[in-house]
Order: sequence, then C-alpha cells, then structure tokens
Amino acid sequence: MGVNQSLGGNVTVTSLDKLVNWTRKSSIWPMTFGLACCAIEMMATGASHNDLDRFGIIFRASPRQADCIIIAGTVTKKMLPVIKNVYEQMPEPKWVVAMGACACSGGIFDTYSVVQGIDEALPVDVYIPGCPPRPEALLFGLTKLQDKIMGEANSFGSAFGLGDRVSTV
Amino acid sequence: MADTNRAVEKLQGKFAASILEVKEDRGDWIVTVKKEEIVAVLAFLKKECAFNMLTDVTAVDYLGKLEDRFMMVYQLTSVPNKDRIRIKAPVSESDCRIESATQAFASANWLEREVFDLFGITFDKHPDLRRILMTPDWVGHPLRKDYPLQGPDREPYKGRLS
Repeated sequence: MGVNQSLGGNVTVTSLDKLVNWTRKSSIWPMTFGLACCAIEMMATGASHNDLDRFGIIFRASPRQADCIIIAGTVTKKMLPVIKNVYEQMPEPKWVVAMGACACSGGIFDTYSVVQGIDEALPVDVYIPGCPPRPEALLFGLTKLQDKIMGEANSFGSAFGLGDRVSTV
Repeated sequence: MADTNRAVEKLQGKFAASILEVKEDRGDWIVTVKKEEIVAVLAFLKKECAFNMLTDVTAVDYLGKLEDRFMMVYQLTSVPNKDRIRIKAPVSESDCRIESATQAFASANWLEREVFDLFGITFDKHPDLRRILMTPDWVGHPLRKDYPLQGPDREPYKGRLS
C-alpha cells in the first residue's frame, strides 16, 4: 500500500527559471516594425508558407504588447530616434534582432545618413546576415533567440525584483 | 528637330538683356538667365507661353568647374503645347541666394526646400523655408561636392585594404 506515485503521471518537476524561460521563448511577440526590403522578407516569414505562428511568434501592433523588435532594414539617422522610442516603450524583458546587413553594419549604405549598425543604439541579441536574409535565415535567427532565452538564469527572480536576468549564452 | 522654339524666341524678345545662354541639346531647349530675373522669366513662361507645370526644381554643384558654384535648374512643361523647357540660373557661393519660384509656381515650395536642405541655397520670399529631408538640427548640406560622403564625424573610406 502507500503512495507509489506521489506526483501522478501528469506532473513535471522543473526549475521556475526554466518554466519562465519556456513560456517566454514559446511566445516571442515581435513588434510589427519594418524599415526596408528586409521587412518584405519578414512578412514572408510570417505568412503561411513559413508560418511564424507555429513558434508562438505573433506580430503585435503595439510596443506595449511586444517583447522583441526585429530591426528589419536600413536605419537612417532620421529614423533612429523613432526606433529608440519604440524600443523604450516595450516592457521588459525585451530582445532585439538585427535582421540583414543594414541593421547589422549599415550594409552597402556607407553614407552620412545611415546608422552603421543598430548596435550603436540598441543591445542586439541576434545578428542575421543577408541582403535580405531568406525567411529560413530569419527562422534560424529566431530559433537562436529561443535558445538564448532558454539559457537565461534568474528569469523568475528578476520578474519581481530579485536581481537581474543573466544570459548564459 | 526644329531649329527654333517659339517660347525661346518670345523669351529672347522680352528678356534679351538677362539671357546668358540659349542651347538646344537632343531636342531640349535650355535657357540660362541671370538669377535676378528668374521669377520674371518663370512667370512670363507661365502666363504668355502656356508652360503651366513646374516639373522639377533642383541644383547642380559645379565646385571648381564654374566661376559661379551653383546652377539652379527649373524644368517646365507645357501641357497644352506638349512642350518642355529647361531654365537655368547661376548662383555664386558668396551670394548663395535666389528669389523663390513660389511667386510664380506654388509647387516650387517643397522642391526649393529640398534644394535649400541639400545644397544650402537660400530662397528669398519663400513661405516656409526649412529642411525637408534631413533632421532640423543637421549641420551642413550633404549634396555639396565638398561634403564628406561618410559624414563629417567619420573617417572617409580609402578603398579596400587587402
């Protein structure tokens, strides 16, 4: 007699950090924000053939509901304050994906009017090369972002003010 | 191709003293006038020669090539006559201003703002002269030939090192 299966067959034991990370990586909601031709490729990735929805990646039309911003295209110096504004309006935790050569390094636009890489202004988590990157490349980059989110430590404690989130990747 | 153009002949009759050059290039008539007369010339072409549409206003920087550094370029189209004409006016760097064509064509407003923004030519009597493409706090005029391509705060590109 006695209890043989103390927790039952439908209960999993995990750490709270892992649970939080898993929920976060399974529902990356990027900001609906396109800047140039990369945005077309980003839309193609979101559409039915590649279907970002299957990863829980659903574009949100408000920075208040988003936790990821895909910098999809050339960032001009005139646009930079707008991007900074949108980024600051996003609630923590938030991640930045630099999509394409322009967002990574300025790309072919080595000129006075173009920001030479969005990492001059925002903390970039994933860089995706390409001009523009194919949808597969963006998918791979977002999967890499999921890996990075899964590797974060103290994501539970930091949610209510106990220390900071630590990225282990 | 016709050897003469009626509008150009009319212009030569009225503004003989202020026309600097008349040229025909591949069917386009190009009239260079003194910048003091530019508004009068444009208004004359609009009223008397049926050039009722101002297609474009732009400028060229002839740094080191011409005595007057800038050349204002006005493209006019006559919709009823199916005709086009190009009016040019030299502007020197020391006196970098010209009367605004908005006095003849209201559509010159934004086009002249673009020239002001990128070349730094001031348009007198313009209703709203401020930058249109660059940010309001931008320093310099990027389309000038002496403006560094990579911007004033960066080391210029010197070609591939390898």
